[in-house]
Amino acid sequence: MSSETDHDLFADVDLGWEHRKNRIFLGLIFAASMFGVLMLALLLFDVATDFYVGLTEYNINLVDFFTRDGSRREELSGFRGAIVASITLMVLVTFLAFFVGVGSAIYLEEYAPDNRITRLIEANLANLAGVPSIVYGLLGLAAFVNGIGMGPILLAGAIALGLLVMPIIIVSAQEALRAVPDGVRNGSLATGATQWQTIRNVVLPAAMPGIMTGTILALARAIGETAPLIMVGAIFINRMPRGPFDRFSAMPTQIYNWANEPSQHFIHLAATGIVVLLSFLFVMNLIAIYIRHRYETEI
Amino acid sequence: MSTDVTDRSGPGIRGDGAVGADNATDRRVRRLLFGCAVITVLTTLAIFFVLIDNAASYFFGAKLTEMLLGASVERTVTFTEFFSGTRWAPDHATPGHGVLPIVFGTLAITVGAAFVSIPIGTATAIYLSEYSSKSVRSKLKPTLEILAGIPTIVYGYFAIAFINPVIVAPIAETLFGINMGRYSLLSGMLVVGIMTIPMVSSISEDAMSAVPDDLRNGAYALGATKFDVSTRIVLPASISGVFASYILAVSRAIGETMAVTLAAGMQPQITANPFAEIMTMTAYMVKMARGTTAVGTVEYQSLFAVGLLLFVMTLSMNLLNDWFKRRFQEEYR
Repeated sequence: MSSETDHDLFADVDLGWEHRKNRIFLGLIFAASMFGVLMLALLLFDVATDFYVGLTEYNINLVDFFTRDGSRREELSGFRGAIVASITLMVLVTFLAFFVGVGSAIYLEEYAPDNRITRLIEANLANLAGVPSIVYGLLGLAAFVNGIGMGPILLAGAIALGLLVMPIIIVSAQEALRAVPDGVRNGSLATGATQWQTIRNVVLPAAMPGIMTGTILALARAIGETAPLIMVGAIFINRMPRGPFDRFSAMPTQIYNWANEPSQHFIHLAATGIVVLLSFLFVMNLIAIYIRHRYETEI
Repeated sequence: MSTDVTDRSGPGIRGDGAVGADNATDRRVRRLLFGCAVITVLTTLAIFFVLIDNAASYFFGAKLTEMLLGASVERTVTFTEFFSGTRWAPDHATPGHGVLPIVFGTLAITVGAAFVSIPIGTATAIYLSEYSSKSVRSKLKPTLEILAGIPTIVYGYFAIAFINPVIVAPIAETLFGINMGRYSLLSGMLVVGIMTIPMVSSISEDAMSAVPDDLRNGAYALGATKFDVSTRIVLPASISGVFASYILAVSRAIGETMAVTLAAGMQPQITANPFAEIMTMTAYMVKMARGTTAVGTVEYQSLFAVGLLLFVMTLSMNLLNDWFKRRFQEEYR
């Protein structure tokens, strides 16, 4: 840049322009960073105002909203069936995905030899995490709803969601297990404990807060998933599901139904449903953060 | 069982057989946990099998499994028609089996979303990694994580209740005199772009933060400005991670379902008009699932042909991502 000049090192550099260029660049990237924040604010503001307008102008009664099931008639529609379905789904997904997910993580972190099978499982995990959620819905539809003749029941939806969040649970559990220092393991092994005794009595208790946090965040992902549930046929059902073998419509699918209706009343019902769904997510994240902070210092 | 255990445990300290039993338990647990890990591989195989098996009946009139059992094969839909036809209406009385319109919808949304998420996400990553103070960073990062954690159905609502009627429709009407419906390609591009910003920004920022300070300081010592360092040192040095984030965002946009269904609609057509309603591959799948599609009909089978195509598209993106990371990853120690 300055090799030809003898006297003034910066003769060919317009410092004023360099200065302006830097400030313009900073302005641009700062504006870009704020764009995401602005969009989040707009989204929350839009949902909040639609929720408020629904309460005031469309007379959506929150007590009715929580005690009535869905209905074709907008003024009779509520969210109870969808909430019950979503909570049942969460319980089933936990049962289906937690033990298998944590088991896989323990195998991969504590037992697995470094061979081709292990590398295949690891590579496959990364790939599964990138499969679109709607494809899990297709799997549920073809294999469980129609394949073994389950029908569009809650359990079929739970299986689809369980398979969807399994890679997330495994990866977060692996991270939690990896965070347990090796000294703890070696100490236990040195006392004569077998590997499984070491895992069960020493490693797992130490890793449990991290595993719980990861599982709750995975469930938070599952509770908002819509596409797999639509694919297994969880749509246009208004009544409350009576157990895992009943047909159902969960919170996100009910919101989708309402948002798709041309009537403004239904749009505001959708906004009210979104407030409930986001509250669920908020509480689940709070619990996850609490667990993380509560047990953070123990290892 | 105890015979093959004793030689493993060596001279038993306790010598009461308990060590053998413990080791047997250990191996049983190990086998059980291995079984858990294998389930994830089975899931992938099941996805492949289900998609190919059912898609086969769309093209050949019989499932793969039925063909093996000797069912007669008839070409119901030819590959030529599927990949080159420009009318997609398998559920119509006079059916059209050209997948191009819905592939166009998916690609248009993906490209449009990339124009939003890539520049904004990259700029955000540079700001976070190179410019922001610690306190700004500690607030901005979690905020973007919230953006990433919001369910896609909520983005769909945001599109249909806000972006489309409040932002896109007035632009269409005042600037172009187009009276727009409830859905538009443009709002689909915008909403998917917004949802993928956090993916680009967080993965790119991780890659940029991994660039060692020595490189930055070297450039500063030569008289480089912060702009030069950001764009000519940090960005090129972290380019493998940055590109990986782009590929992930694109893959996510291809598979995105609820937001595009509510934003861009269900009208399969190839159009250059950003204010027109279009249909993506995922929206078609939602439409079929919403309808009363009976098992075994050509509409039901088309679902899996489209699903297989979608799966192959996202899978190739993920493999490209893997390859990219392995090929171009710079390790700084």
